[in-house]
Amino acid sequence: MKKILILGGGTGGTIMANRLRKALEKEEWEITLIDRYKTHYYQPGFLFIPFGIYTRHDVMKPKGDFYPAGVNVIFSKIEIIEPLENRVVLEGGKVLNYDYLIIATGTQTKPEETPGLKENLWYKEIFDFYTIEGAVALSHFFKRWEGGHLVMNIAEIPYKCPVAPLEFVFLADAFFHQQGIRDKVKISYVTPLPGAFTKPRATQMLSGLLKEKNIEVIPEFYLESVDNEKKTIKSYDGQEIPFDVLAIVPVNMGSDVIERSGMGDDLNFVPTDKHTLQSEKYENIFVLGDAANLPTSKAGSVVHFASEVLFENLISMIEGRPMLARFDGHANCYIETGFGKGSLIDFNYDTEPLPGTYPLPGIGPFGLLQNTKLNHYGKVIFRWLYWHVLLKGKEMPVENEMSMAGKKL
Amino acid sequence: MGTRTIAGIEIQVNDEGYMMDASQWTPEVARELAKEEGIELTDKHFEVLNFIRDEFLKGNPLTIRKVGKSGIVDIKGLYELFPGGPLKKASKIAGISKPSSCV
Repeated sequence: MKKILILGGGTGGTIMANRLRKALEKEEWEITLIDRYKTHYYQPGFLFIPFGIYTRHDVMKPKGDFYPAGVNVIFSKIEIIEPLENRVVLEGGKVLNYDYLIIATGTQTKPEETPGLKENLWYKEIFDFYTIEGAVALSHFFKRWEGGHLVMNIAEIPYKCPVAPLEFVFLADAFFHQQGIRDKVKISYVTPLPGAFTKPRATQMLSGLLKEKNIEVIPEFYLESVDNEKKTIKSYDGQEIPFDVLAIVPVNMGSDVIERSGMGDDLNFVPTDKHTLQSEKYENIFVLGDAANLPTSKAGSVVHFASEVLFENLISMIEGRPMLARFDGHANCYIETGFGKGSLIDFNYDTEPLPGTYPLPGIGPFGLLQNTKLNHYGKVIFRWLYWHVLLKGKEMPVENEMSMAGKKL
Repeated sequence: MGTRTIAGIEIQVNDEGYMMDASQWTPEVARELAKEEGIELTDKHFEVLNFIRDEFLKGNPLTIRKVGKSGIVDIKGLYELFPGGPLKKASKIAGISKPSSCV
């Protein structure tokens, strides 16, 4: 019996379990998936919780609902990966051997990496919205808040879902309008990047929207620490910004097990061939999604596109054929812009987000780098597709490789 | 894009002044580029420059945090060596491309 081991049962691990179980003979291949937690969170939905648009029940389902029959699922912490021995040791000492390993352990927020962040004001006046706890705590805070200075800060690059903090300030603007206190709220977007976004065309479009919504952008701010007494954030070059409420994207790092196993870079992301998705060091290890150090967004859409490439290459390897599938870094992100509208960006390693239509060239129905009601509905409908199609590893109505058709240079 | 003569060498630079070919770099080129940024290079500067060139040539993405964990200098120290945008300035002086954030 040959063995495939999947570490992490989030978006990537679940898709792989579904596709591989369908493709490989049960008599020949044992597939085992390991995850610590039993609840699957629809993470794109966290963004809506602070504003009362979603509750926690809208974003959680049991992970077990999404794993196919015939996959051995173990809910446990992983102690260590031993790639030279082709084995993984679980907490408690259970040893699992593998022929092929898929690492899909994701990325997590590490507020403790920033001095002062996770202290007295944590979940009182400082909140993240990348965890269910943070998003729910912030929703309670906003219900009672009467106004002041809202600062949205990103602590470090890279971080999961790069457009989420932008969506957060757009939705905050709309929310405070609806609450009738927008004139009492100052919103600042404080980022280590040189502008609202990294790529020029998208930055131009998004900067315009930020200005229109009266949201201040403070670029090139690299967070050193938080002063809980003075209620300020401080940068390494001595800038200091006061806040009444701080929404933070904490430092993102790969899983601790990657560090314990000595397999990560300085942020615990696994060095991975950006085209084949194979580990740079071990040929029978593949890395999917946020866990990899790929130079593209850490986002569910990327995981989904990458999973098709990983699947093809793994099957090729198993069958002794050369690995021909190449990942292009394709990412596709809806951007909620408030008041029932949204935008959409589609890009890869080499092509920045461009205006146009998606997924059908010239038709859409979605407008790239445009602010439309239809794009917002796309995001709303996507949650259904995520649970029912994407996680199950079924065909999505979009192409895996990015296409230039429908884009305007 | 254009060509400039720096420390006696014809060097291709992009619109923002970043060198297009890292192999054209020499310590003398670095000293001249640093002067334009108002920085007088010390041995410590060169340790940082060599580190980021090494990482760049290996194809590894660079972050301020990574340089801060290099053992050469901490993040505060890096800001003191290259005031303003330390990674951008250091990259320019090290003759490598502008650091791109993967978002």
